[in-house]
Amino acid sequence: MAIVETKNIKKTYRQGKVNVPALCGVDLIVDKGEFVALAGPSGSGKTTLLNIIGGLDLPDSGSVMVDNNKFADMNQADLASLRLHKIGFVFQAFNLIPVLSAIENVEYVMLLQGVPQTERHDRAKAILDDVGLEDKYDRRPAELSGGQQQRVAVARAIVSGPAIVLADEPTANLDSKTGEGLLLMMKKMNKEKKVTFIFSTHDNMVMEYAGRLVTIRDGRIVNDETK
Amino acid sequence: MVAILAWRNIWRNPRRTIVILLAVIIGVWSMIFLGALMRGMETEMVRNSISTLTGSIQIHHREYRNDPVVENCMDGIDKLNQALSTSLDPGILWAKRVRVNAIASNARHTGGVTLVGIEPEKEAKISFIGKAMISGRYLTTEDKNKIIVGRAFLKKFNTKINNKLILMSQDTQKEIASKAFRIVGVFSAESEAVEKQFIFIPLLQAAKMLKMGDSISEVSIMLSRLDITGKKETLAAKRLTAAIADDTYRVETWQQLLPMMKAYLEMSGFFLYIWYFVVFVAMGFGIVNTSLMAIFERMREFGLMKALGMRPFQIIKGVVTETFFLLVIGILAGNILGFLSVAAISKNGIDLSALAAGAQMWGIPRKLYPEIWAQDVAVAGLVVLALGLLVSLYPAFKAARFTPTQAMRKN
Ligand SMILES: Nc1ncnc2c1ncn2[C@@H]1O[C@H](COP(=O)(O)OP(=O)(O)OP(=O)(O)O)[C@@H](O)[C@H]1O
Ligand SMILES: [Mg+2]
Repeated sequence: MAIVETKNIKKTYRQGKVNVPALCGVDLIVDKGEFVALAGPSGSGKTTLLNIIGGLDLPDSGSVMVDNNKFADMNQADLASLRLHKIGFVFQAFNLIPVLSAIENVEYVMLLQGVPQTERHDRAKAILDDVGLEDKYDRRPAELSGGQQQRVAVARAIVSGPAIVLADEPTANLDSKTGEGLLLMMKKMNKEKKVTFIFSTHDNMVMEYAGRLVTIRDGRIVNDETK
Repeated sequence: MVAILAWRNIWRNPRRTIVILLAVIIGVWSMIFLGALMRGMETEMVRNSISTLTGSIQIHHREYRNDPVVENCMDGIDKLNQALSTSLDPGILWAKRVRVNAIASNARHTGGVTLVGIEPEKEAKISFIGKAMISGRYLTTEDKNKIIVGRAFLKKFNTKINNKLILMSQDTQKEIASKAFRIVGVFSAESEAVEKQFIFIPLLQAAKMLKMGDSISEVSIMLSRLDITGKKETLAAKRLTAAIADDTYRVETWQQLLPMMKAYLEMSGFFLYIWYFVVFVAMGFGIVNTSLMAIFERMREFGLMKALGMRPFQIIKGVVTETFFLLVIGILAGNILGFLSVAAISKNGIDLSALAAGAQMWGIPRKLYPEIWAQDVAVAGLVVLALGLLVSLYPAFKAARFTPTQAMRKN
């Protein structure tokens, strides 16, 4: 069952007087429970694609559907609500609100979703335990290592069971060992909780873990292999 | 959690927060402090004016104020006494007076004055004269041909205590009455004009000289406490009018007797609020500026919040909550500081005599006791809070406008 479906997405950025084509017709179908890596050289359009799937950016043409919601039919408020309830985000850096502790960061999205306080707290604890941060609940982001911060971000992204988690180079700021740890953990969440992941990466080691590797070049999918 | 987040956010940059707080505190303090000085000044001015023979309330013959001649006097003394003692609360004092224009003369000088016949003991309790004697003695009820005059009068007439003074005025028979008096005492007043204008003799002597019998020109009533809004006075005047039940008499409060004072009070209240606004404008710029700075520093964060699905409205709410905390702390601290500084000076008052000498014609008192009005404190607080929240909407809307992708490209 398709959870993400894009049809012929095109996106061109205008930089001054020059048009920069970022995506030139991307068709991608991702099924529930997949663990998809987007690979490709720098500037190939990975971030642009993830942003469009996440509703952070709109394509110039083509259609996007996430969990049976057609973006074409939605306004900004609908998109925000879709992001809040259906999509988890993990960014390359700056994922967390600096003044909130690890557990508060995880709770915060649930607060926005309207989850009652005690349930919020229990679920945040449980998910932080799952990502191996059982002793770091009350640390502020600045008091956590880069890898730990990314784990909190993953915990926040999956805590309310989203349809997909979009991660843009989640390991780029980590050393290879920590990056591998994070990836193993994401893989575990994918297996145990059946969370669908789409993440971009430059890193060959990271690609090894993907169940499916989609390669983009110059805004086009040039290879799509399922292992 | 919105509150926790806002609270922590304002302490992320303590220095900046303290700068904004100081601006709010100083602003609120200056509103309260200057307001208190102004209210103190107003009260003192009203107090001076009404103690300079006006009183809280006066009763006259209907025509007296248009034409203050001896014929327009009141003769139903028993009825007045009755009304006064039944309708006024105990503790309220009053005194009867004869008050006519007269000409005073001695060997060197002649000039117009206001001749005031007083009940010496009662008068001393309700008007400035009780505490104004600076040399010689005050009058007694039995004094026959004794008179007291002001310090400036003494100088103008180039005379001194124990010298004679001739007074002339029209009596009730339309004849010119004239009588010689001996100066027994000298009084001082807040203004030289008062010292030159009024001269005092006992009521009985005035009535006799002007052939008035029992009649009097006015009754002056002093409430135990001044109400600068004039509400108490108006109430008492109403009851008195009802008790007298005779429309040849007119009962008027100081607000009616001193229309200029009333107008001045209204204007100065208005200016106070303009001052509040001016202070706020200066403060408002500071608030907007610093919070804009804080918001641009945090734009990645706002982008992140929007990416996570936060609505613009929720971001606005967060920023406004931060401003709310700052304003509430600032207003509270400003109030405390204002109250403390007012308390510190109201013990001894501020000595304005140097200023008053030059400006007595404006009625500026010699001593100023600042006064805090609940109404002014409330208005100051509300102005700062309401307008402060209003101007913080501008940076809040800016924060809400960052799109997630814009913000994330700052990575
Ligand atoms: N906001 C923008 N304005 C102008 N051009 C942009 C903008 N965002 C992306 N581009 C351009 O679009 C193309 C695709 O960019 P994108 O960020 O999607 O690449 P990427 O695959 O994520 O690269 P990297 O691996 O370096 O992150 C690039 O040529 C880039 O310069
Ligand atoms: Mg990228």
